Amino acid sequence: MTTPTPSDHLPVLASASHVVKRFGGATAVDGVSLNIHSGEAVGLLGPNGAGKSTLIGLLCGLRRADAGEVRLFGRNPLDPSARLRLGSTPQATSVPQTLRVSETVDFVAAHYPDPIPTAELLSDFGLDGMAAKQCGGLSGGQQRRLLVALALVGRPELVILDEPTTGLDVEARDTLWRLLRTYRNAGGTLLITSHYLEEIQALAGRVVVMDKGSVIADGTVDEIRSHVTLTKVSFRTELPASSFGSLPHTVGVETHDDGRVTIVTADGDATVRALVLEDLAVRSLEVHAASLEEAFKALTGEHPVRTIGQEQS
Amino acid sequence: MTISAGPHSAAPSQATLIRAHTKAHILEQLRIPVAVISSTIFPALALLFFVIPQQATVQDPVASLTAVAQLALFGVMSAFLFNYGIGVAEDRANPWSSYLRTLPAGPLPSTIARALTAMLFAFLALIPVLVLGATLTTASDAFTTGMLPWWTVPLSVVVWLLCGLPFLALGLFIGYLCTSKVAIAVTQVVFFPLAFAGGMLLPPFLFPDWLNTLSLFLPSRAARDISVQVFTGGPVEVLSLLTITAWTVLLGALALWANRRDQGRRFR
Repeated sequence: MTTPTPSDHLPVLASASHVVKRFGGATAVDGVSLNIHSGEAVGLLGPNGAGKSTLIGLLCGLRRADAGEVRLFGRNPLDPSARLRLGSTPQATSVPQTLRVSETVDFVAAHYPDPIPTAELLSDFGLDGMAAKQCGGLSGGQQRRLLVALALVGRPELVILDEPTTGLDVEARDTLWRLLRTYRNAGGTLLITSHYLEEIQALAGRVVVMDKGSVIADGTVDEIRSHVTLTKVSFRTELPASSFGSLPHTVGVETHDDGRVTIVTADGDATVRALVLEDLAVRSLEVHAASLEEAFKALTGEHPVRTIGQEQS
Repeated sequence: MTISAGPHSAAPSQATLIRAHTKAHILEQLRIPVAVISSTIFPALALLFFVIPQQATVQDPVASLTAVAQLALFGVMSAFLFNYGIGVAEDRANPWSSYLRTLPAGPLPSTIARALTAMLFAFLALIPVLVLGATLTTASDAFTTGMLPWWTVPLSVVVWLLCGLPFLALGLFIGYLCTSKVAIAVTQVVFFPLAFAGGMLLPPFLFPDWLNTLSLFLPSRAARDISVQVFTGGPVEVLSLLTITAWTVLLGALALWANRRDQGRRFR
């Protein structure tokens, strides 16, 4: 369900076409095609092991594709010159422990023709008091901020961030989001991976959902949201689970060991109305928003009870 | 926060990149002063405790020069082996070094920077050995009496650093093959027998015949013989040159293989 986006006419900064990447017997990326256009902010969303980081590694020149073609600014990303206008961060929080903050920024800045002056960059990121500190002495939030600052020091046209806010508190996360919005407003292109729909919503205009190495959805945030916003309606009942499979908007039905039945539905309100209208004997009714994980499972067909017949067998 | 002015701005030169990488390597080393100090003064301490008390050696200029050359090479070998073997193994486990691969620089600047850093710290280890040799032994007599020209000293420093090349390759080989904990153990296990059997702690004429024969096949013995021969003004034996060249080629090939294997495993 690839949706044409308004930016389709803009130059492609990074692209993957029919890219395959295997590790041993496992296929991490399985025929992915993706274009990142200039000025876009693309969120790459997916559960653990979906192939997001592998795809990022291919685009950043860390890995070589087994099949298909990866291009970065029209070149092979393994060619260092292709990476001149790219900024990225490591996935894990890893800073050179003994180098000072300013030395670390200077070192990375030396790789670019026209870097942002270190003092200016540190001040933008609220790290100006930290310049003389050793990186290992920074807090987790400061280290994350430093890593994102490093991604931006070379004035890149494309920034690729792999889970930039994992493990941050809300305040530190909001600071980083604000800085990344500033970068976007200046015309920068962003590719960001996350487990969190909220983060993608805050930063990205376009969402690419990956699962099991494939792109399973690609569209605007609203389009993706309509697919992944599911509701769980659960209750106790004596009726068999199959009684609920035919209700409108039902995506799946789960039975639990404690006798509860959960309907995963695309429209929680409609489901509750239907339960009442059809006078089905249910009690202890609870309505929850399905987690993103559950929504992904529904999207990817991995939901435990997609069809009633399978569930009952 | 701004975006690049144009797509055609020139990339920094390789020299700029090598300088930046070397500076980072050196700073990282200097921030752990204990490691720097211990590797720098270790050969000097060995000279002080094992050579200086022996009057027979200290009173003889050639024996003194031999002892200084042996321990100088000992310092170079330990700097190369430990800097590379353990440093590379530690870097491999560090996501930061993967991040560095996404920067617009090929593998060359960081490899050269690491070699330059190892040579710098090896050179630092040579200074106290030379100072002690000049002040506490009769080695300097060889120069004051005109037996050896002054430029023997700088020439020897260069030769000692070059003689360290097979150990640099050996360090790389270990570093790409082992995790950092294993690399520390393996480097130590490899280093001391190589240094001893190579005649860096005891001169080979004190060896029993079997050890001397074995020793002649080792890169450390060839490196030691060349270092001593250059420093004492004697002729360099062709066999030593052939042995060290063969070892450098072999260990260099193994290091390259281990590097490819590691890249293949982590960054296919």
